Amino acid sequence: MRCWDPRIEEMPVADLKKMQYRLLKTLVYRLYSFSPFYHERMKAHKVHPDDIKELSDVKKLPFMFKKDLRDNYPNKFFTASQEELVRYHVSSGTTGKPTVVGYTENDLNAWTTSLARALTSAGLGRGDVIQISYGYGLFTGGLGLHYGAERIGATVLPTSVGNTERQIELMQDLGSTAIACTPSYLLHMGEVAEKMGVSIKKDTKLRTGILGAEPWTEKMRERMEEWLGIKAYDIYGTSELSGPMFTECTEQNGFHIWSDIAYTEVVDPNTGEPVPQGERGELTVTILQKEALPMIRYRIGDITVMDEDLCPCGRTHPRVHRIQGRVDDMLIIRGINVFPSQVEYALMGIPEVGQHFQIVVDRKGALDDMLVRVELNKESFSDKITDLMHISEKVEHKLRNALNVNANVELVEPGSLPRFEGKSKKVVDRRSL
Amino acid sequence: MDVKKYVVKQISVFSENRPGRLAAIAHALGEEKINILAFSIAEASGFGVVRALVDHPEKAHKKLSSLGFNVAFTDVIAVHMKDKPGGLYEIAKILGDAMINIEYSYAYSGKDGAVLILRVDHVEEAIERISKTGATLIESSVFH
Repeated sequence: MRCWDPRIEEMPVADLKKMQYRLLKTLVYRLYSFSPFYHERMKAHKVHPDDIKELSDVKKLPFMFKKDLRDNYPNKFFTASQEELVRYHVSSGTTGKPTVVGYTENDLNAWTTSLARALTSAGLGRGDVIQISYGYGLFTGGLGLHYGAERIGATVLPTSVGNTERQIELMQDLGSTAIACTPSYLLHMGEVAEKMGVSIKKDTKLRTGILGAEPWTEKMRERMEEWLGIKAYDIYGTSELSGPMFTECTEQNGFHIWSDIAYTEVVDPNTGEPVPQGERGELTVTILQKEALPMIRYRIGDITVMDEDLCPCGRTHPRVHRIQGRVDDMLIIRGINVFPSQVEYALMGIPEVGQHFQIVVDRKGALDDMLVRVELNKESFSDKITDLMHISEKVEHKLRNALNVNANVELVEPGSLPRFEGKSKKVVDRRSL
Repeated sequence: MDVKKYVVKQISVFSENRPGRLAAIAHALGEEKINILAFSIAEASGFGVVRALVDHPEKAHKKLSSLGFNVAFTDVIAVHMKDKPGGLYEIAKILGDAMINIEYSYAYSGKDGAVLILRVDHVEEAIERISKTGATLIESSVFH
């Protein structure tokens, strides 16, 4: 099957926008009337539902942040009563207090529909055996994919995470054709299979991977497709939006965001203004029909690029490209967005420097000043100052090319930069102190 | 001639340009009872290179490395200079005439007169040229 719901998925863009406007208008009226949170927030922002006269008026509405969910923990924010809820999920809370999300029957249905379209667009359907190796339970991955896969008539193998050898045996015995899990778990599975003398490429029927819940790169896609003999598709979602909701189609060029389910904006994380198409910014999503936990202009914190060009697959819904980083990590240096990951990428190509670095940002007068401290490799030490200056200039040059902004470089003694056991703190921003 | 005996092993240490670094280096050498015979610091923005002739270069290398310092050996030569006007000119002219480049140099005035330490781009050739003109090179055994 090409499309799960061709009427929606191939609807002309103009009609989609009309639909979105209608849904947005209804949503805003409903929340202004019935949600104390949104009522207050809209009033504070001096916007009334009557001010929404066309789709682009969405930008008159205030943003929502994860903090709003945390401040209203666990469920003060819900717009459905407990009797109307049919499920809860709870985020892992890796970056702070966990957030609780709730669903009405309609919310679960919309989530499942979203995934039914997504899995179909990735070429799956009746006859497929889909092994769900995402965690089942409070995490949205397992159950989300489970119901989506059942909806398209595939056979679900709900293995959840862990017990990897058994998973590989089942994959062979029951002929799994697709697997949904994190990319790192699939890598692990491939390695365990090899230790068992099983080649996933040759000894199984696996041909599709639906991979997400953590960042992964195009390079990793190439490697997994070659090694495991599969097509690997990116899947996206967060618990605040319901869970995993969107995947790439067989074009493998960004995930389609269904316009009747979500209105997507990409905004400058600093100003909140929309960025021009093709430019990087923060993904901001309005879930148009959510009953239990409505989301208007929710700033997810993921950095990406939106693509509204028509996809060769024929679907008219916009696509969002692979997540490039998190807003929390982003620095704005002289108006230019800089990610520590870009700095790391540039430095890793320079043999004279070690793998530890630190970014120090100051303000000198009116200008931002970025200093990148790098450890000099032991082998690259020369007692000639000119040699050392060359290394430092080379690093400055590479960083300027990679970041489009000047960075001063300081060579430091090996082992002198702080080491971290958990998440590293590579940025010292002294501007905010 | 055996040019090798005139090649002096200098110890070079990479150091960040911040308070206490030289003290840390000097303290480490003192602890190991290593004597510093000649010494200089070259500075650039943010960092410097400490260069020294010491009586036990291997021991110094080991000690400083164990403390995490980036340490290297560099081959230098040491020449007696006449401790009077024109002394430096004599040595510099010999090398200049031979098209040997001096990468850096420092000097000290010791018990037996002035000594010039040189890092040059062609060590062995420099040794031959200097000794041919009758200037006195100091054997490395004098230092270590």
